[in-house]
Amino acid sequence: MKAFRNFLSKQRPKFQKGGKFGALQSTFNGIETFLYVPNHTTKSGSHLRDAIDLKRTMSIVVIALVPALLFGMYNVGYQHFLSVNELASQSYLEIFWFGFLKVLPLIVVSYVVGLGIEFFVAQKRGHEINEGFLVSGLLIPMVMPVEAPLWMVAVATAFAVIIGKEVFGGTGMNIWNPALLARAFFFFAYPSKMSGDAVWIADKADAFSGATPLANAAAGVDIPSFSSMFYGFIPGSIGETSTLAILIGAVILIVTGIGSWRIILSVFTGGMVMGLILNGFAVNPFMEIEAWNHLVMGGFAFGAVFMATDPVTASQTRTGKYIYGLLVGVFAVLIRVLNPAYPEGMMLAILLMNTFAPLIDHFVVQSNINRRLKRAKVNA
Amino acid sequence: MSRTLKLKKGLDIKLMGKAKAEKVQVGKAEYYAVKPTDFHGLTPKLAVKVEHEVKAGTPLFFDKYNPEVKFVSPVSGKVVAINRGDRRKLLEVVIKADAENAYETVNPISADAGAEDIKACLLQNGVWPFIKQRPYDVIANAEDTPKCIYISCFDSSPLAADNEFALRGEEKYFQAAIDTLSKLATGGVYLGLNASTKGNSIFEGMKNVNVNYFSGKHPVGNAGVQLHHVNPISKGEKVWTLRPQDAVIIGRLVLDGKYDPRKVVALTGSELNETAYCEMISGANITDVIKPRLKNEVNQRIISGNVLTGTSIAEDSYLGYYDNQITVIPEGDEYEMFGWIMPGFNKFSASKTFLSSLLPKKEYKLDANFHGEPRAFVVSEQYEKVLPMDILPVFLLKAILVDDIDKMEQLGLYELAPEDMAVCEFVCTSKTEVQQIMWRGIDLMIKELGQ
Repeated sequence: MKAFRNFLSKQRPKFQKGGKFGALQSTFNGIETFLYVPNHTTKSGSHLRDAIDLKRTMSIVVIALVPALLFGMYNVGYQHFLSVNELASQSYLEIFWFGFLKVLPLIVVSYVVGLGIEFFVAQKRGHEINEGFLVSGLLIPMVMPVEAPLWMVAVATAFAVIIGKEVFGGTGMNIWNPALLARAFFFFAYPSKMSGDAVWIADKADAFSGATPLANAAAGVDIPSFSSMFYGFIPGSIGETSTLAILIGAVILIVTGIGSWRIILSVFTGGMVMGLILNGFAVNPFMEIEAWNHLVMGGFAFGAVFMATDPVTASQTRTGKYIYGLLVGVFAVLIRVLNPAYPEGMMLAILLMNTFAPLIDHFVVQSNINRRLKRAKVNA
Repeated sequence: MSRTLKLKKGLDIKLMGKAKAEKVQVGKAEYYAVKPTDFHGLTPKLAVKVEHEVKAGTPLFFDKYNPEVKFVSPVSGKVVAINRGDRRKLLEVVIKADAENAYETVNPISADAGAEDIKACLLQNGVWPFIKQRPYDVIANAEDTPKCIYISCFDSSPLAADNEFALRGEEKYFQAAIDTLSKLATGGVYLGLNASTKGNSIFEGMKNVNVNYFSGKHPVGNAGVQLHHVNPISKGEKVWTLRPQDAVIIGRLVLDGKYDPRKVVALTGSELNETAYCEMISGANITDVIKPRLKNEVNQRIISGNVLTGTSIAEDSYLGYYDNQITVIPEGDEYEMFGWIMPGFNKFSASKTFLSSLLPKKEYKLDANFHGEPRAFVVSEQYEKVLPMDILPVFLLKAILVDDIDKMEQLGLYELAPEDMAVCEFVCTSKTEVQQIMWRGIDLMIKELGQ
């Protein structure tokens, strides 16, 4: 190990400005800091620093995504064998393996394209490679239909990383959640591959209906039971079907303090409240669906736990988080029920609220300023 | 009408190496230095040359723009070196001490002296720099009349000296300083006491003061945090602050008529064989005190002050002007393979992403490693959790970064000193240089609006 460390240290000068591979400095740093926490020590200010860094923060989110991802892989196999009527003859492992092979290419494409762009831009601008895409790169395949063509995923990822993030200055500067932006791009650019009933189940038998619960609800057809939607044995985007697996992730995020429980809670509250309001004024079958079903249908839970909580694009003040979360929940259910053209309201609701998060923060900050001014007047 | 305030937010960094509650005798140091770099924003002008003989209380240099603010020699002896850095920046005025200390004569402050007489005496005899002003945490401007003078009697920062122990026996000097200083402010002197010492604090017998009690985690002991809750500073207002040990030195000037900057210093940190308290004179060379106690197991960092706000100094350097603590920690200039993903039982973090968060009582041996690389602000509400004030620190820092004076003012720069934000700097995932940014804002404010 020591020899390897020495080898790396010896290589470093070559990758520094003026060195043989000076142009690849960011890449070298990216790889080196991935392998080793650097030996930098504090120069100014506090002599001690917290052990946490952005790499660890992002890794925790990735770990929290794993239950939903594994279940998603299993469900891909499950839905496939269900549609071709071979479920009984397959073992759990075979079902999972089928799904694994279907999902892996999507993950690879997303990471290769996204990290490729990330490395390239960092190199060009001469800054460090940011960790943000570690999470986005996994989120993107998880919100795609399993039958999404790989090149389309690549284009959507490229769009999200370049237009959604790099033009604003990289991780920490973006306005919209990159993963959702990828999905939104995909949704509007290639609608036939992101809606209908053919894309959600891998190698589906033609006779089998592959509609998602949301599509069923919009069409006025009966939706699956609450429990099957909660456990997640339903067609849908890869990672979003199992509310149970998502909640395991939510627990990891909340216990480690990485995800804001305030946002998660208020998104669910907002969705529930809007569902109840719609129940009260119900004039069609979709409006009559019991409110709690909205929380387990479509990408609601996934969006609430993994997308709305993105610290960069959400509100950054405490009060702001409650307002932001509530409105995400309200708009998600509102859009999905009252606008039949967009079955997945969650994606649009979060992107909309991403846009307005700075405005919410503005008012919260202003109220802090006003408190201070008022205090000064009272004293004077 | 004392109040007890419970502050919920904050962070205690639990370090190994707290000073044992015993005073050890150390010999008198041979060399002493006064460092202009201890005073933020000061442009010093020398008053002595090498070979000059000085007494304790003889001015060594003064503030070029406020010549009445003088910085004096802590001991009598001979100026042996004037050390300069880049662009001839004055770094140290070094004095070799006489065996026997001789003091400059001080014209005593009479009991009915007015504010101007008191100020003149404090300025002339070198104790004025102990008094700092809020806003900005720089040396107070003698032309102001502050709305109050505030002394936080306890220090909540990591491994800090316990004033109850260190200043025991100095009560009469402390009282003398209070009586003198209270004539300088319209609202008198405020003390902030640790709620856990209620009933048996040496500061409770003080007269002529407003006392409030505070409980909570660091930075609860900072004057800025306490002021925010009992007497907040708005635009145009001034408050003067000082540290208890410095008040005692002012008290000695008043009662004994001499500049006698002895203080009890806590020797702390995980890399010392023996932690203790010892009496040192301000600016003393630390070699004889620190060197025999070093463990020398790994590369070490010696800090004059605490780990959050102190200054890194060499083994043969001098104690800082405001410091009553020396901390020695491991330097931590080592690589750690996959350090960012390890479970981390020995790592301290305010976040709960390390398994060490399951051991709330554990004390840590922490090093000065950066633990990552600087990034843009990503995580939100991280600073708010450790700053017990109604302030939005990240928005303030962003206002400073874009030089927006109006916003800095509105978001509370007048109430915050860099030291109050040091713990924010510690917890930051993005490794933002918070204190440096705060100073940048303060420097801009002073430049544009005056002190």
